[in-house]
Amino acid sequence: MAAVCPECDAEIVFKAGTITGEIIVCPDCAAELEVTSVNPPALELAPEVGEDWGE
Amino acid sequence: MTRVSIVGASGYVGGELLRLLLRHPQVSIHQVTSERLAGKPVSGPHPHLRGVTDLTFTSQSQLEACDVLILALPHGSAAKRIAEYAQLAPKIIDCSADFRLRNPADYDQWYGEAHPNPQWLDRFVYGLPELNREALRGANYVSGVGCNATATNLALLPLVKAGIITGNDVVISDVKVGSSEGGAQGNDGSHHPERSGVVRSFAPTGHRHTAEIVQATGLSNVHLSITSVELVRGAVATVHCLPSQAVDEKTLWRAYRACYRGEPFVRIVRERTGFHRLPEPKLLGGTNLADVGFDLDEQSGRIVSICAIDNLMKGAAGSAVQCLNLMCDYPETTALEMIGLHPY
Repeated sequence: MAAVCPECDAEIVFKAGTITGEIIVCPDCAAELEVTSVNPPALELAPEVGEDWGE
Repeated sequence: MTRVSIVGASGYVGGELLRLLLRHPQVSIHQVTSERLAGKPVSGPHPHLRGVTDLTFTSQSQLEACDVLILALPHGSAAKRIAEYAQLAPKIIDCSADFRLRNPADYDQWYGEAHPNPQWLDRFVYGLPELNREALRGANYVSGVGCNATATNLALLPLVKAGIITGNDVVISDVKVGSSEGGAQGNDGSHHPERSGVVRSFAPTGHRHTAEIVQATGLSNVHLSITSVELVRGAVATVHCLPSQAVDEKTLWRAYRACYRGEPFVRIVRERTGFHRLPEPKLLGGTNLADVGFDLDEQSGRIVSICAIDNLMKGAAGSAVQCLNLMCDYPETTALEMIGLHPY
């Protein structure tokens, strides 16, 4: 069973040994995601430090 | 082995074709022509090929029969002599604009003169595999693609195929391009003190590649502006689209994934963090890759679709070799699997 990236809807299959609270990166949009549940798989956007990206 | 000859091989596209095909496991280069450099080694205009080949240029009058003839001539040359070239090889790839457009009247409008052999236009398949892959398989006559048109078309195809942009929706493509688009022959405008450091709008309206975009996408309200910038290789199309129906970001993700899933040379680039968030040509030099991404202005509904390519590769020679692979039933990625340079 796969989780869905809340940013871009990519399907993400957890690797064996993934644990709740782990931070993973979406392979499509590179969003940092927090594993909020392993069974069933669920993800939320991880809190991020604000960055100055030329703005 | 497939014996390939290249007509007009002294230019940048010819040099790229040689760089790729000299390492193609199924191809042997039979002849390469240049009227100006006949008898001289190809490593003269293409010094990166030193030690790779001892080929010398011949004149077109010395051309012999081969399996595939690739024409890398200035626009207008191939169209006049296509019947002669067809006597030399059963398969032809023409990298110029001479056989890209289906409608003969488009040549009057965009190239300023009537096509000399309009009866040949229907025989050619437009050489963009992401659009015409099945028609290219086994084809005998294939046209090249315009680099600005390719960057714009690859940016637009996901939106067109998903029906997000249709018919008369406004599309404005702003393409920034490198100096190699101007070819290997210099002019007053390419003189280093005049060219270096420019951000020069050289075709704000009326660029010829507009016709290719209209033909490939079926859209009618397409506007193209070209700006030359401080690059040697590379083109990036920033395509502003005003759809009649509002869309959300996840709908766009689905459209881009559906269009490019499984495409060997197209990558979707839209990252949430970091500084390489969207496509940029700097990462693609020497590769046949096209990076495609997007952004959405949720307030206005404007979609900005972005595509970066190496204009000499995906925009010319790389696409031509990809087409050759399809025409000859070789794996599509043969001789094209190089990775870009970073930093570059």
